[in-house]
Amino acid sequence: MALLEIQDVTRRFGDFTAVDGVSLAIEAGEFFTLLGPSGCGKTTLLRMIAGFDVPDGGRILLNGEDLASRPPEARPVRTVFQNYALFPHMTVHGNVAFPLKMAKTAPADIRSKVAEALDDVRLAGFGKRFPHELSGGQKQRVAIARALVTHPSVLLLDEPLAALDAKLREEMQIELINLQKEVGITFVYVTHDQTEALALSHRIAVMSHGHVEQLDAPSRIYSFPRTRFVADFIGTCNLLVGPVTANAGGLVAVAVPHLGTVKVAAASEIAPGAEGAVALRPEKITLHGTAPAVSADNDFRGTVSDFLYHGDVTVYLVTTEGGGKIEALSANSAAGRTKFFEVGDAVHLSWPAAAGHFIAG
Amino acid sequence: MRRTGTLGKWLVSGPPIVYLLLFFAIPALIMVLASFRTPGEFGGLAPLVDEAGKPDLNVESYVRFFTEPVYAQIFVKSFVYALLTTLICLLIAYPLAALIARSPKKHRDLLLLLVILPFWSNFLIRVYAWMIVLGPQAALARTVNGFLDWFGAGPVPLLFSGFAVLVCLVYVHLPFMVLPLYANLEKHDQALLDAAQDLGANAWQRFWRITFPLSLPGVYAGAALVFIPALGIFAIPDILGGPDDSLIGNVIKQQFLETRDWPFGSVLSIVLTVAALALAGLAAWIGAHSTRREASGA
Repeated sequence: MALLEIQDVTRRFGDFTAVDGVSLAIEAGEFFTLLGPSGCGKTTLLRMIAGFDVPDGGRILLNGEDLASRPPEARPVRTVFQNYALFPHMTVHGNVAFPLKMAKTAPADIRSKVAEALDDVRLAGFGKRFPHELSGGQKQRVAIARALVTHPSVLLLDEPLAALDAKLREEMQIELINLQKEVGITFVYVTHDQTEALALSHRIAVMSHGHVEQLDAPSRIYSFPRTRFVADFIGTCNLLVGPVTANAGGLVAVAVPHLGTVKVAAASEIAPGAEGAVALRPEKITLHGTAPAVSADNDFRGTVSDFLYHGDVTVYLVTTEGGGKIEALSANSAAGRTKFFEVGDAVHLSWPAAAGHFIAG
Repeated sequence: MRRTGTLGKWLVSGPPIVYLLLFFAIPALIMVLASFRTPGEFGGLAPLVDEAGKPDLNVESYVRFFTEPVYAQIFVKSFVYALLTTLICLLIAYPLAALIARSPKKHRDLLLLLVILPFWSNFLIRVYAWMIVLGPQAALARTVNGFLDWFGAGPVPLLFSGFAVLVCLVYVHLPFMVLPLYANLEKHDQALLDAAQDLGANAWQRFWRITFPLSLPGVYAGAALVFIPALGIFAIPDILGGPDDSLIGNVIKQQFLETRDWPFGSVLSIVLTVAALALAGLAAWIGAHSTRREASGA
């Protein structure tokens, strides 16, 4: 039995359905992420687990017990809020001690537990500081220590890293992974940042318009998106859409306007004539200055119309002969060169049939 | 550029400084000087320099204040009234301010307007209105006394009593408590209360541990705005109080206008000011120390 079960939960605000019949089963010790654009219902779902919002339909079970009758203060879940929500009139020690005091813990235990929690988030010795004396990253760690000090069954994190700068965010991501491994508490993490979700999670539920679009491990979400929405939302992706012209021997051919026929390896029942899409990651495309010696399954010619130099890689925007646009990425790893192509260069784009991922519909 | 900047600064801050010097600092100093002088034969002050050409300064008025216990008693009574007024105002104003701060934004201005609406009528008219409300023939007094009669207790006068003074003091000063409390409570972040609830605090704990400590600046501001004017008030005891309900404001007014003993009136005013300042300082000190203790979660 899963630790946290969300069964057919629905939440409406007037005419707007924020969460529409979502069912999820989250295992003990899992780092689970709800990922989606703003307004997809992920925060509403989190607030319902915490008890700040009440489902219009469905049930939320923790260890098999329906949480409906429990107010937020009586649920064994804790939340790390987006803007930390530290109590400004209490020191770091006072903040972390707060849930212990609410639970009527003995003063001697409070001291040792607070010290332990601050140690876990690498803030030992910061007890006497006030929140306004801390940096953003430190505030975030106090919020996490405060939420973890009572050892809840589930920790809910609502975009906890959104307010931090990029460098710090990466550091905190690594810390979060380690912390979660160390304490072994189930994390339910809400974010709109797909790189964060991919880096942190054991499993991701990609949400859109109140539905779960796909529930899978990060690598599967990235490589095998089940819907066009997921393909488009996670990372950058060339979505080559068109009618299916052939489907035989595990190879589907899609006639993409402005490009040509794209072949993709797929075990699909789809009949010719139906619409399909090929999701193709920029890094799976090989760019050549001249026609490749061995012809690939897919081979198109085009002109570099733009590029973005990232240092380690360069992203090229290629306009194909038919006028289609394709994004291709190549590593700047060749010795003695900064990058391979300039704007206006004629290039060949090629990729094997197995590089793309076919999405029916 | 720098010169005009300095000039501009003086032009802006000059007039209020001049105003305060002329109408606050200098009169206060005149009062301090007056407290050491001798009352004139027909009231006012005796000449500063006597016939022998020596300055006529003495501490007799101070000696009188500290040797006649009746004045100290009135002082204590005035402090008790001001303190009660402040506490009752706080108890009434806090829920009211919280209610306004939590009501929908579009209603808040209207509710605030209703709080300050009484200011649109004259202060004395509002005080006199209480004479009618508390008068012996009014419904209130008749109900109360009818009730007391039921239990065999004698009728009590509501008007011209300490009760009437206190009721009116609270009524008049209530908006001064509501406004700073509202200004404070309105800024509170709902996320903090959500966090407290998430961490296991029930409604009372959320109020006592989060809302109330964070509202203390508003409480202090409101308490000062109520306590200090209530301490020096004379119109309300004059109009609604009985003969035994004179407060220190009445005595000071009496010394200046009726007894015409200006030095003694000055002494009473100075002692009142110093006592109020000392009390405010003490309150600030206690406040600072108790917050520090609470903050560390001790």
